[in-house]
Order: sequence, then C-alpha cells, then structure tokens
Amino acid sequence: MSTDVLIIGGGLHGLSAALQAARRGVSVQLVERHFVGRHASGATAAGVRTLGRNVAELPLSLEAAESWHHMKALVDDDCGFVACGQLQLAEDGEALAKIAKRIARLEAMGLHHERLVDADDVQSVLPGVSPHCVGGAFVSGDGSADPHRAIRAFRDAAKKAGVTIVEECLVTSLTRSAGHWRAETIRGIFEARLIVNAAGAWADHISVLAGDPLRHAIRTSMMVVTERVAPRIKPVVSSFGRRLSLKQTSQGTLLIGGGSQGKLAADRQSAAVDITALASSVQAAIRVFPELRGVRMVRTWAGMEAMTPDHIPVIGFSQKVEGLIHVFGFSGHGFQLVPSVGRVVADLICEGHTNHNLDAFRASRIAIERVAA
Amino acid sequence: MSYDVAIIGAGPAGMSAAVRLRALGAAVIVIDEQPAPGGQIFRGIERNAASPVFPALGEDYAKGCALVAAFRASGAEYLPSTQVWQIEDGWNLFLTTERKARHITARAVLLANGAQERPVPFPGWTLPNVMTVGAAQILLKSGGMLPEGRIWIAGAGPLPLLYATQLLNLGGRIAGYLDTATTPKLSALARLPGAWREFGNLAKGLRWLRDVRRSGMMIKGFSDLRAEGEERLEHLTWEAAGKRHRVEADVLLVHEGVVPRIHETLALRCEHIWNEEQGYLAPKLDRWGQTSRKDLFVAGDAGGIGGWMAATVSGEIAALGIAGQLGIAANPDDLRQAAHLDQRRARALALRPFLDALYPPPRTRLADDVIACRCEEVTAGAIRSAARNSPADPSAVKAATRCGMGPCQGRQCGYTVQALLAEVHGLPIGDVSFFHIRPPLKPITLGEIASLEHAEGAA
Ligand SMILES: Cc1cc2nc3c(=O)[nH]c(=O)nc-3n(C[C@H](O)[C@H](O)[C@H](O)COP(=O)(O)OP(=O)(O)OC[C@H]3O[C@@H](n4cnc5c(N)ncnc54)[C@H](O)[C@@H]3O)c2cc1C
Repeated sequence: MSTDVLIIGGGLHGLSAALQAARRGVSVQLVERHFVGRHASGATAAGVRTLGRNVAELPLSLEAAESWHHMKALVDDDCGFVACGQLQLAEDGEALAKIAKRIARLEAMGLHHERLVDADDVQSVLPGVSPHCVGGAFVSGDGSADPHRAIRAFRDAAKKAGVTIVEECLVTSLTRSAGHWRAETIRGIFEARLIVNAAGAWADHISVLAGDPLRHAIRTSMMVVTERVAPRIKPVVSSFGRRLSLKQTSQGTLLIGGGSQGKLAADRQSAAVDITALASSVQAAIRVFPELRGVRMVRTWAGMEAMTPDHIPVIGFSQKVEGLIHVFGFSGHGFQLVPSVGRVVADLICEGHTNHNLDAFRASRIAIERVAA
Repeated sequence: MSYDVAIIGAGPAGMSAAVRLRALGAAVIVIDEQPAPGGQIFRGIERNAASPVFPALGEDYAKGCALVAAFRASGAEYLPSTQVWQIEDGWNLFLTTERKARHITARAVLLANGAQERPVPFPGWTLPNVMTVGAAQILLKSGGMLPEGRIWIAGAGPLPLLYATQLLNLGGRIAGYLDTATTPKLSALARLPGAWREFGNLAKGLRWLRDVRRSGMMIKGFSDLRAEGEERLEHLTWEAAGKRHRVEADVLLVHEGVVPRIHETLALRCEHIWNEEQGYLAPKLDRWGQTSRKDLFVAGDAGGIGGWMAATVSGEIAALGIAGQLGIAANPDDLRQAAHLDQRRARALALRPFLDALYPPPRTRLADDVIACRCEEVTAGAIRSAARNSPADPSAVKAATRCGMGPCQGRQCGYTVQALLAEVHGLPIGDVSFFHIRPPLKPITLGEIASLEHAEGAA
C-alpha cells in the first residue's frame, strides 16, 4: 500500500505525529515492531513537567503544557492527566542556591512558570517530607498522566482519523527511488512519499537503513512500583542533583524512579533491572520520605530510549536524505512533549516547515560522519 | 559471601542435591522461605514428628524424616525463612531474612523451588472462605489447623483425595466432594501397564476415594459450579442432570493439580516448553537438569511435575551435573550409573503418564464476568476485549487492563491470559507467550532493598 507518510515506531511520538498529520488530510501508515506503547511510552513515569527543562526545549514544553490541560480536545480523553504539581526538592543549601539561580535566569527571560519555595512551603505541599529539605522549586500546573491510557487514547484517535496501524511489523530495509520510499517489513512492503523515524531506542538503526547514519546512546532508566497505599503524596517529587522521582498514581501505588540505569543487553535489544543501582533511588526516596520504609514494592522494570550527548531530542528533516523526518532521542523526558512535538512533525509533513526554531534539534549534530571527521 | 552452588528450595529435590554436592566437597548454600526443611510435602516434618498430627499425614510423609536428617547432617549452609527475590547473571542472588536484604554469589544455581497449585478461575473463586486445598494443607502441616463448618472440596487429582483422607483421619468431616475429573479416557487406560508397576500407589488412591465416599456426598458429572455469598462464601450451586443444585457451605477447597513454578526461569529468560497435555510451561532441561542457560539448573517439580520421589532423584542427578560442570567431580556419568539414578527415576515416574491422562487441566470456557486477575480484579471479558484490540501478546493485555500488574505478577492469571489470547486470536495456546517477569520475585519492602550494602556507592 502506498501513502503520503510512513511512520516507523508506535510509541507516543509516532502516534501523536500520525494523528495530527492524518487530521490534516494526509494519508498515514504507522508500523510498530511489537505493539503500540511497548517501549519507552509504556515504561515511562509519565511525568508532565516543564520544571527544570533545558531552555532549548522550553518553547515546545510550554506549548505541550497548555495541551495537557486540554487533552480531551486532542484525543477525546484526558489521558489520566492530573495537574497535581511538580516539586523539586533542595536537600541542602547548595541545591537551593542553584535552583534559585535557575529561576532567576528564567524570570529574566520572561518565564514565570517555576516558583521558588521555602521549607515551610515544602512541608505544606508535601506533609511528611523529611525536615532536612530546605526548599525547592514548584510548578503548580505540572503533574502526571496515565501512560497506558494515553497510549490507548492516541491509538484510538489516530485510527479514527484514518491512520492505518500495523503491529508486530518490524522494518527491515528502506530504499528510496524516484522520490518514493519503499519499506520492507516482516509483514510485506509499504510505500510512501515521506518517512518519519520515531523508532525510539532503535532510531539509529532506522537512520542507517535510510542512509543517514546517526549515533545515539540508549538510556535504560528503571522504575519501581509499590503496593497501593493510602493517598499521601500529591505532587510529583524530585530532588535537585539526585536520582529521584517519586509520585503516587491514581491507583494509589507509588512510582519511584529518577534515572538509575539498568543493564543494556549486548545486542541492545533489551534491558534488565540492576538491583544495586536501583537501591540507590529507593534510598533517596526513603531519605526524603522515611515513612515509606515499610511499603512493599511489587514490580520493577527498565525502559529503553535513545539518548543524545546533549540530552535534547532530534526533531526535523534529515539534512542528508530527502523525505526523511527524525523524531527521537528524548533522553528520558519526552512524555510531556508528545502533543507539541506531534504538532510540529505534522507541520513538517504537511507544510514542509514549522513555526518553532528546530536548530538545536538538528540531526547532523549526532551524524556518524561528523563524529568521525 | 561466595559459594559453589546456591540451591533454592529445601524440599526433596533441593535437600537431596545438597546432600550429594556436600559429599563431593562443594560449598553449598540452601535457601528456603519456610522456617524448616521439608518443602511442600514434608512441611514441618521435624516438629510434627512428635505430634498427634503425624500418623494422620500418612506413610509418604513419614519417609521424609530420613531425608531431612541427612540434609541437616550434610554440612550445607542453610538459610531458612529467607526469600530469594532477585537473581542476576553471574550468579548474584539477592535475599531477605528478617527484613534485612543481602547479596551472595554462586558459580551455579539450582532451582528446586517446586510447584504451585494451578489457578482455576470460576464464578466466586475470590470470595473469602474459598481457598485451595494446598493452602488448607499448609495450615494443617504448620499448625495442625482444620477448617470448620460445612466443608466442601471441589477438584481433581491426588491431592484433594489425600487431604480429605488426612482430614478424616484427624476426626474432621467433609460435607461433600465435587469431583471435577472427567471420566477416564481410553488414552488413560492405555497407560495402565506402566501404572500397575506402581500398584502400591494406585491402591492407596482407591482407598482414599472409598473413605471419601463413605464420609459424605460425592458428586460427579456436573457443570457451572458457582461459589456465592455476600461477604463470604454462603452456598454453592451447580448444574447436573438438567437441574440447578444448591447447598449451604462454609468452606470450599478447590484444586486442579499443580504446575511448575516458572517465574524464576522466566525472569532469567530460559527457554521453556509447553506441555500440552497438562497445560503448563516448564523450562527446557538437558539430561542433567541444566536449563538453556549455562550453570543454571532445575530439579524437582519446578522442571515438570513428577512428585516427590522423582524430585529426590532429579536433585541427585542435577547435583552430579553441576559437580561435573564445575570440575568438582571428574566422572559424573559413572556416579550416575553407580547410583542407578535413571532406573530410580523411571520407577518414580511410572504412574505419571497415567495420572496426567486421568487428570487433564479443566478446559471450560470462562464466562466474561469471571474475575481472571484477582490482584487487580480484571474479568475474562475485559481481557477478551483488550485481546481483540492488540496482537496476541500478554504484555499488551497487561498494559491495557492492569491484569498481571499486582503483587502475584501473573502467578494467578498468567495461564488464563494466555488461554484467552489463544481463543481470541485462534491460535494454539502453546504459541502464545507468557508474561515477562520483572523483579522482585517476591514482594519486598522499600526498606529492605534500601538496606542492601554497597547500594550507596552505586548512586
Ligand atoms: C523509565 C522511564 C521514565 C520516564 N519518565 C518520564 C517522565 O516522567 N516525563 C517525561 O516527560 N518523559 C519520561 N520518559 C521519557 C518518555 O517516556 C519518552 O521520551 C517517550 O515515551 C518516547 O516516546 P517515543 O515514541 O519516542 O519512543 P518509544 O515509545 O520507545 O517508541 C518507539 C517505538 O519504535 C518501535 N520500533 C523500533 N524499531 C522499529 C522497527 N525497525 N520497525 C518498527 N518499529 C520499530 C519500537 O518498538 C517502539 O515501540 C521516561 C522514559 C523512561 C524509559
């Protein structure tokens, strides 16, 4: 079958771009190697965070923040989004000083979403927090969502908009001739005018197949989920300079992460939990919230996602190959960006350009030739 | 701490392996959740030896005393009341004893962690006072506890009959027995010659049956059993001879056979084989009990249901295989022959083909309103509708329904999800994979994992 666009990768970024492009009348096929949301998008902590974002990402992040508050308009479901706030703790004076400096810099740029809070504010937002926390940063409009609900909502909305989604469909080769792409997959041949590389941790592989070889690392962040406990933690909590993120889901379970890394298999196809590394995130959680000591953990996992050297994504047309758009490398914080990045990629698909300046996200910065030169 | 071999499970397989490996001079550690050695079958045997419960538990139970004594004398390091909650390559084992976590290493691992009861969802199975026969037997062996009130048993296989006999020996009463076994098929009878060799065992089974018939109601040839009640079990209903029957009941004990514990081998990504007749997965093992992963061995029911005598022999075989591989014994094959292990195993397994054919797993279609995942209360209907919207992959159903996300990690619902996916996608069950198993293998507290030494350095 031949369409305008073939999107490779059924994570949230692939789905979001597919949905928003199809709504504007282009024909879209999406192929996913396993099932939609199998990788980073299903493994995610699903924090919706503008707090502490790299400034290069902020315009996209602030646009996305707006969308999260009106998610129903985009996918006919709120995706479980709750604006419960994001709180970044300072566990000592040095951390607090660094947070204050960051907020001052944002203010100078005219950005007022982050608020500096003191120890008393922290106690009132987060009763039970250890008294050694001296303050922090708070964004009241941030929060978190339900990743599986988001995946279902984006999938169903995309299908409704006319996207053809083919699961258990691994792309094995890509060739381009006469302005047309031909993709070989384990489920047959797909043809399209444009290709979107939204293959997450395997984006490097797709870039090689497409003739624009790029290099990225793979992040294997781990998560812990506990048994259900009585509600006690409202905002999503992180700690400046520490590997910690902690939230309570709408189910009542606690979700602890923060970037402790699992073990990547030698073939880069899977990642396993490294308990010793994970224990350090759990220790960080208990240090901030001593009463969590007795809570039982139920499950842990390691998710996989592409990571760039500067920890910001690759978004935009390939500078090397025609008809190829990259969107990957979110380096552990791409969930929040799903609505705005999908909109931007849909712009590129439909108009060939977009209103956001994508210079910081260009693919050439991780091109293998350049690295070698 | 570092060992040649870490054995998980101090049942017949684990104990006999430990005894053998110690005799060959290996440094062995044996880890078990229970406070004393014996496994499921010989649970609490040292303490019970002096109690009035002992004679009621039967002849097989008494045979465990010698094995436990040999294990105690073997010099293997033994960690009771300890859970292994994570195994990483290398091999690194993470354990918790009395709320304190720690880490040991071993050159080889032997999983001798036995079987679990096959979960059988049916309407009302999650009601309080509906429990498994196995759970009731644990109460009996660990504290001499008997259920009270009108006790019903529903199930098939040797265990309910054995438990019923034990209960009657102790002066308990059974209100009725709902026999779910289908009438023996010709295929089962065809295997009788082998079974006759173990005539002793068969005769015992028949004696149990007679005792049970005498004690109360024996019901056969029924369908659609339902456990009903408001807060807990109040009555049972079933369909027979075109009519709905109803009885009052205080306790219902259910049992549909046992299946290997595979969470450990699944978590370690060993290859598994689907046993179509018994409807379970078991790790693929070589003739020494080694899995598809080097230096990871399985013995006893964890490698396929064979009963305690076969488990004892397979423990010895695995011990020799490990000793050979680690260079502790030069001639494992000679030792294997000298001890007649293959003949002993064949004898222990003689009755198995007959039992397997006699007691196939139930294959009735689950109604949509029956709960399949008790942790997250997900119904068969919800699983079917998620399955229609996704590839035949249990992980997709898990993400869509939360089924299997609870503390049991699919120990209760795994096979049900597999069967429902096969049904919806029109595939043979064996072609559908099982859930991915994530650490921890046992729920542990955040405090326990935080107590791991060296963790701070990893930050
Ligand atoms: C543990 C963890 C916690 C996180 N927490 C947060 C958070 O709190 N907040 C936040 O904003 N972000 C967070 N993130 C990041 C966020 O989840 C990701 O940035 C986002 O989900 C990436 O989506 P994606 O679509 O790019 O990638 P993915 O969801 O990984 O999708 C890529 C897809 O491509 C498919 N694919 C690959 N190769 C092929 C091929 N050859 N053919 C066909 N298909 C292919 C894969 O199977 C995969 O499904 C977290 C990530 C992880 C792992």
